[in-house]
Amino acid sequence: MAEVTLVEAINLALARAMEDDPGVLLLGEDVGLNGGVFRATAGLQKRFGAERVLDTPLAELLISGLCVGMATQGLKPVGEIQFMGFLYPCIDQLVNHASRIRNRTQGRLTCPMVLRTPHGAGIRAPEHHSESTEAMLAHIPGLRVVIPSSPERAYGLLLAAIRDPDPVVFLEPTRIYRAAKGEVEDNGEALPLDVAFVLREGRDVTLISWGAMLKETMAAADALAVEGIAAEVVDLATLKPYDEVTVLSSVAKTGRCVIVHEATRTGGFGAEIAALIAERGLASLLAPVARVTGYDTVVPMARLEQKFMPSVGHIATAARQACQFS
Amino acid sequence: MADGGLPVIARFEVRHRNYLAPDGSINRPLPAFASDAKLLVSLYRAMVLLRSFDRKAVALQRTGRLGTYAVSLGQEAVSVGIASAMRSEDVLLPSYRDNGALIWRGVKLEEILLFWGGDERGNHFSGPVQDFPFCVPVGSQAPHAAGVGYAFKLRKEPRVAVCLFGDGATSKGDVYEAMNFAGVHKLPVVFVATNNQWAISVPLRLQTGCETLAQKAIAAGFIGEQVDGSDVVAVRAAAEEAIVAARDGQGPRFIEAVTYRLGDHTTSDDASRYRPEEDVQARWKEEPIARLRAFLAGQKMWSKADEEQLAAECHERVEAAVERYLATEPRGPETMFDHLYADLPEVYVAQRNELAREEDG
Ligand SMILES: Cc1ncc(C[n+]2csc(CCOP(=O)(O)OP(=O)(O)O)c2C)c(N)n1
Repeated sequence: MAEVTLVEAINLALARAMEDDPGVLLLGEDVGLNGGVFRATAGLQKRFGAERVLDTPLAELLISGLCVGMATQGLKPVGEIQFMGFLYPCIDQLVNHASRIRNRTQGRLTCPMVLRTPHGAGIRAPEHHSESTEAMLAHIPGLRVVIPSSPERAYGLLLAAIRDPDPVVFLEPTRIYRAAKGEVEDNGEALPLDVAFVLREGRDVTLISWGAMLKETMAAADALAVEGIAAEVVDLATLKPYDEVTVLSSVAKTGRCVIVHEATRTGGFGAEIAALIAERGLASLLAPVARVTGYDTVVPMARLEQKFMPSVGHIATAARQACQFS
Repeated sequence: MADGGLPVIARFEVRHRNYLAPDGSINRPLPAFASDAKLLVSLYRAMVLLRSFDRKAVALQRTGRLGTYAVSLGQEAVSVGIASAMRSEDVLLPSYRDNGALIWRGVKLEEILLFWGGDERGNHFSGPVQDFPFCVPVGSQAPHAAGVGYAFKLRKEPRVAVCLFGDGATSKGDVYEAMNFAGVHKLPVVFVATNNQWAISVPLRLQTGCETLAQKAIAAGFIGEQVDGSDVVAVRAAAEEAIVAARDGQGPRFIEAVTYRLGDHTTSDDASRYRPEEDVQARWKEEPIARLRAFLAGQKMWSKADEEQLAAECHERVEAAVERYLATEPRGPETMFDHLYADLPEVYVAQRNELAREEDG
């Protein structure tokens, strides 16, 4: 089995999906000859031709709208948006069309499209390149929102997203595009959507996160283990619809929960999980649910960016406090 | 009578403007301002300063002291030529590659470095206080320009909004929507597309089926002109004409400045992946600085000694700015809450304090 980076795993999944299904096509800015600004589509235009790996004009609303049109005709378009900061023009298409065309037409038209975009801060990029506004997308009915946290899950979840009969926004954790390496067998096997992955079992406290933040979350779990605290780590993976069962059963087991995301706190997806636990898991709680998040500010540019991001220390402290609560 | 005997009800044309040939010789009588030798020399000096600033910025990026940076190599004539036709009270709405225009308008070199170095304080221009910061989301500044122009018109202020963007940006609805509105209301806005042939790796022919970008103005109801964007005299002449007309209440104009990006898209890009080096080398023959230098030298307005002195001055100015940039003290992390709202809402004060405490601890 080959050891690959997360972005290489995405490339493998795209190639596999195109190989398996002639209806799969890629479109976006610079995805062709250049292979995408992060090289996620490297080599694919050469292999599958410019009709199936399409450099579009610089127009994000167009990319998302084209996907809707193509998908209704039985194609399986995978659009790429270069950074999440440039996804916002697509919101009109996602909210008003992609997510509800099945519902509006009572199943007569469907929209099996995927929109991929890098997600999150921590790469010292210019302004508007560090967005983690996944909660906004998770609010849209009819959509799936998926974030992998390792090469293996990037491969399996992207294949699942492409094969899914409904629209999926696939958020790729930019910070670990190259930093995360792992063994990926290119066997065409998808992983399930809408399912959370328990990355580590523990009885004392549940740590829930997704995407790149799982790196810090796992490191915090390691640090806590040294102190004798056994943290259970849950990778939510699909944010819409999310796996309530795994969340609730983990909290039922540990009685404590810390939710970690780099997105700003107010209205973040952590609030949704905390509300779920308050509604349906209150009896098992031994401590208040805690959130470790970005601050309610604009993501600062490079010089202060690290200060914005939750750290291993922040996560471990919150978990310790939960464990000491009485 | 057109095909099928149907009458032609409208015809449009697009002009192309050029004065200086690549070798510095003159193609047609120069515009009036070109008799001002001091002005031509100042345009030249600004382009050379920009190139020397660019070179230093790239070196800083390569040594980890600056973030991603977008160079103007080969297209210096556009932002310098355009800005030089503006008045200080006009408003500039630049894209991320328009350092030359900002510098012309008095933004300090160290402010530009601070911005690309990842510090928001770089956007706090000490110069033109109403100018917009660099716009990173492509083309999204065009609607602002229309809004700015509307404010000028409403208040009957003789000011003009000048909006710069790339060829890729002309594919965005934002740009068309802004031009359309400016056309409807005859706003004092000059839209400038720097057509450097590339939007990262995507060449112009995949960006548009149009013969020119200038013709996009026709659909919005105003004049679009194409200029040789490597000829600073042509850029300035077109800008001056457009800005004067806009100030005079004649409504918007569109300028397509045709030039070539000789460098990578940014320091994160590797252009050799998508374009052959021979093409780039061929384009070096047309670049704007050598062209104006050849003209000035031919007119005995510029000498080798002038050139050496200018190089030394630019070096000194850039190095001094770099020193000031590198010496800028870091800010406390709690400052990320500064300027978020006019008054920080009470609920966020706790978060701000949390950050301040962390810094102490
Ligand atoms: C809305 C948006 N989409 C994508 C990007 C990423 N990106 C940055 S520059 C660029 C190409 C822009 O080309 P052009 O408008 O021709 O300007 P140039 O860079 O050539 O000056 C792209 C795609 C962005 N900044 N904004």
